[in-house]
Amino acid sequence: MRIIIPIKQVPETSNVKMDPETGTMVREGVESIINPLDLYSIELGIRLKEQYGGEIIVVSMGPPKAQEALREAIAMGCDDAVLLTDRFFAGADTFATSYTLTKAMEKLKPFDLIICGERATDGDTAQVGPGLAALLGLPLSTFTSRIELEDGCIKATRLIEGGYEVLSLPTPALVTVVKEISDPRLPTLRGKQKAKKLEIKKWTAQDMEADTAKTGLKGSPTRVVKTFNPKVAREGKLIEVKDEKTLAQAVDEIISLLKEKAAI
Amino acid sequence: MKEIWIYAEVREDRVNEVAYELLTRALDLKGKLEDSIISAVLMGRNIPDADKQELIKRGADRVYYVDNPLLKDFVVEPYSKVLIELINRYKPEIIIAPATTQGRTLMPYTAVRLQTGLTADCTGLDIDEAGNLLQTRPAIGGNVMATIRTSTRPQMATVRPHSTRPAPIDESREGEVIEVDVSLTEEDAPVKKLEYLKDKTQVVTVQDADIVVSGGRGIGRADNFKIVYRLAELLGGAVGASRDVVDRGWITYPHQVGLSGKTVNPKVYIALGISGSIQHLAGMQTSETIIAINKDPDAQIFRVSDLGIVGDLHEVVPVLIERLEALKNEI
Ligand SMILES: Cc1cc2nc3c(=O)[nH]c(=O)nc-3n(C[C@H](O)[C@H](O)[C@H](O)COP(=O)(O)OP(=O)(O)OC[C@H]3O[C@@H](n4cnc5c(N)ncnc54)[C@H](O)[C@@H]3O)c2cc1C
Repeated sequence: MRIIIPIKQVPETSNVKMDPETGTMVREGVESIINPLDLYSIELGIRLKEQYGGEIIVVSMGPPKAQEALREAIAMGCDDAVLLTDRFFAGADTFATSYTLTKAMEKLKPFDLIICGERATDGDTAQVGPGLAALLGLPLSTFTSRIELEDGCIKATRLIEGGYEVLSLPTPALVTVVKEISDPRLPTLRGKQKAKKLEIKKWTAQDMEADTAKTGLKGSPTRVVKTFNPKVAREGKLIEVKDEKTLAQAVDEIISLLKEKAAI
Repeated sequence: MKEIWIYAEVREDRVNEVAYELLTRALDLKGKLEDSIISAVLMGRNIPDADKQELIKRGADRVYYVDNPLLKDFVVEPYSKVLIELINRYKPEIIIAPATTQGRTLMPYTAVRLQTGLTADCTGLDIDEAGNLLQTRPAIGGNVMATIRTSTRPQMATVRPHSTRPAPIDESREGEVIEVDVSLTEEDAPVKKLEYLKDKTQVVTVQDADIVVSGGRGIGRADNFKIVYRLAELLGGAVGASRDVVDRGWITYPHQVGLSGKTVNPKVYIALGISGSIQHLAGMQTSETIIAINKDPDAQIFRVSDLGIVGDLHEVVPVLIERLEALKNEI
C-alpha cells in the first residue's frame, strides 16, 4: 500500500496569540507541535503498513520550520516526507490549502489511500480533508473511527450523530479519522535516528506547477476581517458545601437554575 | 432577487430539527439583505410532504426538493453533485448548513469544487453595509472570536448546532415546493452505505442534546458513571465525558467532549468532577448555561461556570437525583 498522510504543524494550544492587525496567529515564540489529531492518522497509516506492507509519505505545507513535524512523523515510523514551502503558500485558507495539497498529491500519484486527521486544532475547520477528496475526485469517508480492507475496498466505520455507519469505498480513497481509530505510539530510537538523517524534499509552487493565484492569502476566498475576545457573561456564582445546610442550599440553587432554563 | 439557502438536513428520511435553527438564521439575514428570499434545499427519498410544509411554515419561501433512490442515505458524492447542480441553476447568494457530520462533509466537498470560500462552525451571522455575509466563529479552542468575509459567491458557512433556537411555526406562511430533477447514475455514487449501528449507550447524542451531563476523573471509577446516567436520564439529556475517563475506558469515545472529541453547545452543561482543562473547555464553553460540581475551589471549570458547587460530587449528586425524582413524582 502506498499511503499519503498530510499533516500540519500547529501552535501548542495552551498559549496562542493573535495579531490584531492581520487577524492571523502570531507564531513566533510559541512552541510548535504536530497537530495532535494528526497523530491518529499517522498511527493508522503505520498499522496498515505493518499489516499490508508498503510505504507512508507524510506531506506538510508550511514554513521551513514545519519540517520538525515531518521528522517527528518519520520517527514514529513513516518512510518519506515532503515539505511544501513557498512564500506564495503563506496565509492560505482551507480552499487554498486544499488546492496546494492537491497539487502535491497529483505529483505523488499513484497512491492507495490518503489519511487526514479530523481537523487541525488551530484552524479547527475540518475542511481540508473533504476539500482534498473533492479536488482529487476520491471517495471520501469523514469522522472515521475504524477501517478494514476487504476485496480491494475500504470498509470505513464513521462516527455520526446517534451512532456509527459503515461505508464501502473503492480505492484509491481518502479518509479523515477521529481519535477512536488508534492509540498513537511514541517515536522509537531507530526512528529518531532515521528522522535526523532523512533529507526532506522541499517543493515550491513551481515544482508542483501550482497556480499561485490559487495559493496562499491571494488564493484564499475567505478573509478574517476582525478578531475579538469572546464575551463570557458567566454569573460565576460559587457555593461551598460544608454541611447539611449548605448541601441543601446547593441543590436548591441547581434546581432553580434548571427550572429557569426550562430544563425541568 | 437574492437567495439565502439553508441545507435541510435529513436523518432517517425526516427533516432534522437543525434545519429549523438554520431558518432562524436565514430569517434574520433576510431582514438585513435587501430583496432576498429564503430557500431550503432538501434531498432524499420519499420525504413526507408534511416536512416540506413545515420548512415553509418555519420560514422558507421555497423548498427545492430532489428525490432520488441514490439520495436515500447521506453519502457525500451524489449529494454534492446535486447541490452543485442546484447552485449552478439558481445562483444563491448565501448557503448555510449545520455544522454536523453531514454539513461538515458536504459543504467543504462542495465549496472547493465551486472554488468558493467556506467558514466552519459559525456561532454568529450578519450582513454588512455592502450586503456581504459576516461569519463569526470561535477560533483557537474558543479563546478568540473571528469574523470572516468571503469574496466569492456563493458565500458558504456551516453553523454550530444549538447556537440558536428553531424558528417557530407560523401557519399563515406560504411558499412553494419546487421538485427539481437532477439525473444521477450509479457512477455518481461510488461509495455505498452498508449499515447504520445505533449507539445504545446514547439515548440522545451529545451533539444533539439540550442538556449534557458530563463526568470526569472525579467520578472515581467506571461503575460510578451510573449516577451521571441517572442524572442525564432525569433531565432528558445526554451523557458526556472528559478525555481522561474515556482513556481509562470508563465510557466510550462517542461521549468525549473537547478538543479531540465532540464540540457541544447545549442549553445546560453540567460538569461533574471535571477540572476544566483548556482542551475540555474547547468543546463546551459556548454552552448557554454551565453548572459545575468539583471539590477543588480553584478548579478551572469554575471560571466558565454560571453556577459552581464546591463539594464532593458523591454527596451532592445523589441528593440532587433524589430531589429530581421527587419532583417527577409530584407531576
Ligand atoms: C492534544 C490533547 C487533546 C485533548 N483533548 C481533550 C478532549 O477532547 N476532552 C477532554 O476532556 N480532555 C482533553 N485533553 C485532556 C485534558 O488536558 C485533561 O487531561 C482532561 O480534560 C482532564 O480530565 P478530567 O477533568 O476528567 O480530569 P482531572 O483533570 O484529573 O480532573 C478531575 C477533577 O475532578 C475533581 N474531583 C475529584 N474527585 C472529586 C469528587 N469526589 N467530587 C468532586 N470533584 C472531584 C478534581 O478536583 C479535579 O478537578 C486533551 C489533551 C491533549 C494534550
